[in-house]
Amino acid sequence: MTAGVPPAPVEGLTSTPNLKRRQSIAAIGRWIFILATAFAIVALGALAWYIISRGWGALSWGLLTNPPSRRPERAGLNLAIYGTLWIISLTVLIAFPMGVAAAIYLEEYAPKNRWTRMLQINISNLAGVPSVVYGLLGLGIFVEWLSLGRVVLAGALTMALLSLPVIIISTQEALKAVPWSLRESAYGVGATRWQVTASHVLPAAFPAILTGAILAVSRAIGETAPLLVAGAAGFVTRRPDSFDDSYTTIPIQLYNWMARPQKEFLDLAAAGIIVLMGLLVLMNSFAIILRQHYSKKTRW
Amino acid sequence: MTALSNPPNPVAIDTRPANHVSGAAEHADRVEPAVIQVRDLSVYYGQFHAVGGVTFDVPQNKITALIGPSGCGKSTVLRCINRMNDLVPTARVVGEINYHGVNINDPRVDPVGVRRRIGMVFQKPNPFPKSIYDNVAWGAKVNGIRANMDDLVEQCLRRAALWDEVHDKLQQSGLALSGGQQQRLCIARALANNPDVILMDEPCSALDPISTLRIEDLMRELIQDVTIVIVTHNMQQAARVSDQTVFFSLGENRMGQLIEASPTRELFTNPRDSRTEDYITGRFG
Ligand SMILES: Nc1ncnc2c1ncn2[C@@H]1O[C@H](COP(=O)(O)OP(=O)(O)OP(=O)(O)O)[C@@H](O)[C@H]1O
Ligand SMILES: [Mg+2]
Repeated sequence: MTAGVPPAPVEGLTSTPNLKRRQSIAAIGRWIFILATAFAIVALGALAWYIISRGWGALSWGLLTNPPSRRPERAGLNLAIYGTLWIISLTVLIAFPMGVAAAIYLEEYAPKNRWTRMLQINISNLAGVPSVVYGLLGLGIFVEWLSLGRVVLAGALTMALLSLPVIIISTQEALKAVPWSLRESAYGVGATRWQVTASHVLPAAFPAILTGAILAVSRAIGETAPLLVAGAAGFVTRRPDSFDDSYTTIPIQLYNWMARPQKEFLDLAAAGIIVLMGLLVLMNSFAIILRQHYSKKTRW
Repeated sequence: MTALSNPPNPVAIDTRPANHVSGAAEHADRVEPAVIQVRDLSVYYGQFHAVGGVTFDVPQNKITALIGPSGCGKSTVLRCINRMNDLVPTARVVGEINYHGVNINDPRVDPVGVRRRIGMVFQKPNPFPKSIYDNVAWGAKVNGIRANMDDLVEQCLRRAALWDEVHDKLQQSGLALSGGQQQRLCIARALANNPDVILMDEPCSALDPISTLRIEDLMRELIQDVTIVIVTHNMQQAARVSDQTVFFSLGENRMGQLIEASPTRELFTNPRDSRTEDYITGRFG
C-alpha cells in the first residue's frame, strides 16, 4: 500500500440492506424462542398456582399419616405413599439395570443389520404405546398368567415394562453422545470391549443416562391408568410391607378423591398433588446429586 | 529447480541423536529383521476398494514413514497393523500382515492382544478424561500388568519427555494439558504396555513447530526399544525423522496403492518412480 493514501472505506461494516434483513430475521427467531419458553413457563406457573392455591389449605400432617377414609377430615395418603414408594423403587430396580444393559447391547455390541434395525424401530414404537395398554399386558401376564395376583410386584413389573423403552432409548442417545475417539483410544491400548465400555463409555455417559432415567421414572410415578388396570386396589386398609401385598398409589388415591362429590375431597386431591410433586422433586434432587457425583469423576 | 535439489536434505537438517546410523546400513540389502511384513494388503469399505496390493516391510527399531496425498489410504493401512479397522463395521481387510511371522489377520488372532503389542497414537491428541496418572496406568492395568504403578507411570512419562512438566500434578485431568503435552501423554500411555511397535497417525499435525520437534526427538530416542510407523503429511518431517519411507498414491477408481518403499534418503534424493518424484517436488498433491 502506498504511504499517505488513506485506506478506502470498508463496505459492509455498518448496516447495509442485506445485513439489516439478516439481522431482523435473527431478531424474529429470538422472539419466537422467547415466546415458546414464556408460554411453557406461564402454563406451568398457572397450573402450579391453581393447585397450590386450591390445595394449600388442605395440606396437613394428617394427609401424610392418615389412611384413607370416607370422611375428608380423616382421610390421608399414608398407604398410597407407601404403595408409590414400593412401586417406584421396584420399578427402578428392575427397569434401570435392564434398560441400560439393553441399550449397551444395542449400541456397543449388536451388529448393525436389518434385524437390529427392526428391533430399534420396535422399541421406539413401544415408547409411544398408550400406557393403558401396558396395564392390560401386566394384567394378562403378571397378574393372571404368572398368577402373581394384584400385588406390588405385578404393578412394579408393569411399570418397568412401561419405562423400559424410554430408558433404553435415552441411554442409547447418551452412549451415542460419547465421542468415538474415546473408545478408539481405549481400544488402542489393548482393552476389551467390556473394559472400554465399563471404564470409559459408561462413566462418560452416566450423567446423561441418569437424566433419561429420571424422566422415565417421573413419568411412571404419575401414571394412573396402567396400575388401575393391572390391579392396584381402589381402597386399601393395610400398609404394603412386601412385594406380594396389595397396594394403591398416590395418583390412584387422588383419582378416587376427585370422583367424590364433596368439595373437601377435591381440595384434598389438590393437596395430594402437591405431595406428589414434592415427592417427585425429592427424587429428582437425589438423582441430580448422583449425577453431579458421577460427572465429577470424569475429568473433562 | 531440479527434483534432486528441492527436497530437504535429511543429513543437513538431521536432529537425530549421534548413535543413529542412517543410510548405509539400510542400503545394503535390508538385512535388519522386519518386525512387520505387509503382504498384498487390500482394504474395502463396503463396496469401495480403498487400498490394494500393498506390500512392504517394517524394519525393527527403525522409523517407517507413510506419505502420500490425502485419501490415498495411509491411515487405513496404518490402522490395519493393529487391527483398528475391526472397529469399523463396513471395513474388510484382505491380505497378510505378518508380525514376527504371525499373520495377525488370521481369525485365531485376538485383536486385543495385537493392540497390546502394537500401540497407537492418534492424529488428534485424545487423552482419557481422567487424571494424568490414570491415563498412563489404565492401559497397563487392563492388560493385567502387575508392576509398581507409580514407578511405571513415572518411567513412561520420563520416556515420553513429559515427566518434568507434570510430575507435580499427576492427579490433574489429562485434558488440562496443552496440545503438545497431551500428545506426549498419549505416547506415554502407549508406552505403558511396553509395546513392540507404535503406530502414529499424523501425531504432530495439531502441534506447533517446537512441540513437533520435541516429539520427533522423542521418536528418535524411542526406537532404541520400539519400532515406529508414522503417517505424516509433512515431507520434511518424514525426511528428518524416518529411516524408511513408503509412498502411496491414488490409482484408478480412487484406489490407494503403494508406489514405492525405499530408505528415506534414497526416496527423497533418488526416487525410483516418477510419481514419487512429482509428489516430493510438489508437482502433485
Ligand atoms: N470409515 C470409513 N468408511 C468409509 N470409507 C472410508 C473410511 N475411512 C476411510 N475411508 C475412505 O478410504 C480412503 C482412504 O482413507 P484414509 O483415511 O486411509 O486416507 P489418508 O491417506 O489417511 O488420508 P489423509 O491424509 O487425508 O488422512 C478415502 O477415500 C476415505 O474416504
Ligand atoms: Mg489419515
